[in-house]
Amino acid sequence: MLSAQILGVGVLGPGLSDWQSTAAVLRGEAPYTAAPSVLPPPAALPPAERRRAGRMVRLALGVGAQAVADAGIPAATLTAVFASSSGDGDTCHEICLALAGAEPAISPTRFHNSVHNAAAGYWSIAHGCQAPSTALCALDASFGAGLLEALLQLRCGAEAVLLAAYDVDYPPPLREHRPIPDAFGVALVLGAAPKGGTGLQLAFTQEPASRLSDPALEALRGAIPAARSLPLLQLLSHRLQGCVVLDYLPEQSLQLQLTP
Amino acid sequence: MDALWIRHFTAASALGLGCEATRAALQSGRSALAPCSFQGAQLRTWVGEVAGVDAVRLPAALADYDCRNNRLAQLALSQDGFAELARERIARWGARRVGVFMGTSTSGVRETEIAYRQRDTQTGALPPGFEYRRVHNAFALTDYVRRALGTLGPAVTICTACSSSAKVFAAAQRMLAADLIDAAVVGGVDSLCLTTLYGFQSLQLTAPGPCRPFDRSRDGLSISEAAGFAWLERAGDQSEGSDILLLGAGESSDAHHMSSPHPEGAGARRAMQAALQAAQLDARDVDYINLHGTGTPSNDAAEARAVHALFGSAVPCSSTKGASGHALGAAGALEAVICALALQAALMPGGLNTREPDESLPVHYLTANQRAPLARVLSNSFGFGGANCALLFARADAARSG
Repeated sequence: MLSAQILGVGVLGPGLSDWQSTAAVLRGEAPYTAAPSVLPPPAALPPAERRRAGRMVRLALGVGAQAVADAGIPAATLTAVFASSSGDGDTCHEICLALAGAEPAISPTRFHNSVHNAAAGYWSIAHGCQAPSTALCALDASFGAGLLEALLQLRCGAEAVLLAAYDVDYPPPLREHRPIPDAFGVALVLGAAPKGGTGLQLAFTQEPASRLSDPALEALRGAIPAARSLPLLQLLSHRLQGCVVLDYLPEQSLQLQLTP
Repeated sequence: MDALWIRHFTAASALGLGCEATRAALQSGRSALAPCSFQGAQLRTWVGEVAGVDAVRLPAALADYDCRNNRLAQLALSQDGFAELARERIARWGARRVGVFMGTSTSGVRETEIAYRQRDTQTGALPPGFEYRRVHNAFALTDYVRRALGTLGPAVTICTACSSSAKVFAAAQRMLAADLIDAAVVGGVDSLCLTTLYGFQSLQLTAPGPCRPFDRSRDGLSISEAAGFAWLERAGDQSEGSDILLLGAGESSDAHHMSSPHPEGAGARRAMQAALQAAQLDARDVDYINLHGTGTPSNDAAEARAVHALFGSAVPCSSTKGASGHALGAAGALEAVICALALQAALMPGGLNTREPDESLPVHYLTANQRAPLARVLSNSFGFGGANCALLFARADAARSG
């Protein structure tokens, strides 16, 4: 059994701009109104890097900054886990387009932005964070894989960990093959010490994932891998003890127990 | 951390297929680099291409995964009986208790590059048969290995550029320590593609000739492709003699620049220090360091300063990238296998192509093979975004005698 304390949360997605308003939607206190995701400029980056940051980096740094502010913990001290199901679609598309031309050429910035750990790199630069960080991918299981890795980091000695899971949409023609409709990101600051925050325990299960009763939110959960986290966020928004199951790999799911 | 036993390991690289060919190439001091003629790339650089990848056929049930990267994975799984030995251990532990942790930087993106050249002239659509999930996505490699071997446990791709397949050892170690699994397949596969060939050229990081790590006139890296695999279990007291153990893994972030290392190698030093701490050892316990040593002026200078700060100038070290090229996301796994072979053969491979070692780099850089009993060796891997990892390997007999 792996466990942690949830110390801070960040959310950005279609019609969702931060954790507070998202929590109100998930509690049913406010209606969910779908609207294109708005990604804030990465204010913490130095100007040169800020200009180079694409949508994926904006999303990851945006949700990360929200969660860190919510937790009230300096970002520089956090071990970081970045999870993305599909990487930076815009950059991938631009590179493949450039390489398909008569005279292949890639811009240097585009190339270093193409690495899956670009957001992790920009995060560490933005916040002077020299702690270990990782960037991982498990396709549609990426949120679960990131959560597992974050809890394992705590188990193996990290005091607090930032988990950021995020997906951005691909432009055509890749969009047809990976139809992510819009950007969605979630970040959690997780602590090891059993004080403050909401207790979280994780175990493997064969049970199917929990669903959301609101059809639009359930559609979002199904359409964007990072939004597979929504049942956890909904339980968290109610500040009640309880249990949810999240999608992980086809053969197993993750059972999460919350104790406020 | 508790030591892990690397029960089986293998690699396929430009040096050769399997452990014996890899060891023979290192012993003979043969470089596998050659002028780039990869699939129409018009580049003045040298690469390490693995022979025979195009001829590899995936098992029929996994035909949808067909691409250069998964073929290279399959080629390595077929060496040294790795797949058979893995299946035996999976039967022993149960498929759900075996994790798969793979590193790659570009997975099957070569197929996407080709598909973009074949876009429909009217609609811009990619050609029929294009496989996103099983080929392009970074998880495609891990998914392929998982299905090829028949595991059902946790699985993840680590994608931190050139440290990807070093960091998989650390990720697997954490999951073993938490008792979520009893064994892990770790490794890395990266295959040649235009994205990395043209990308590193755009950063002016590729050498026009074969790379010359730690040479005073080194002028860049040589890109290569490789696959490396290792089977990890808790060491307990079951390993012995020349069995290879992972004693420590250390990770850090530079927090400096996306594509340049910290000039003093501060992040690299912290990763090496963390590996020593995890193993509860200190610098004088390390007999040889397999450097990241890409051959770019700034990378080698930063790494030399980091090594010097921790180890002084006495510990023999070398980069094997003059022989194998830089296999990017597979470099960590390939060089883990090279370290295991070095420990077993009591051989410190000399760095190839280095004519005049840079005297301003304060390390004991080997330019020729040296035979000596080795107890513990360190392997460095550093990636874009400042993602650093160092791994500490040992012979079981040396680790026991302490």
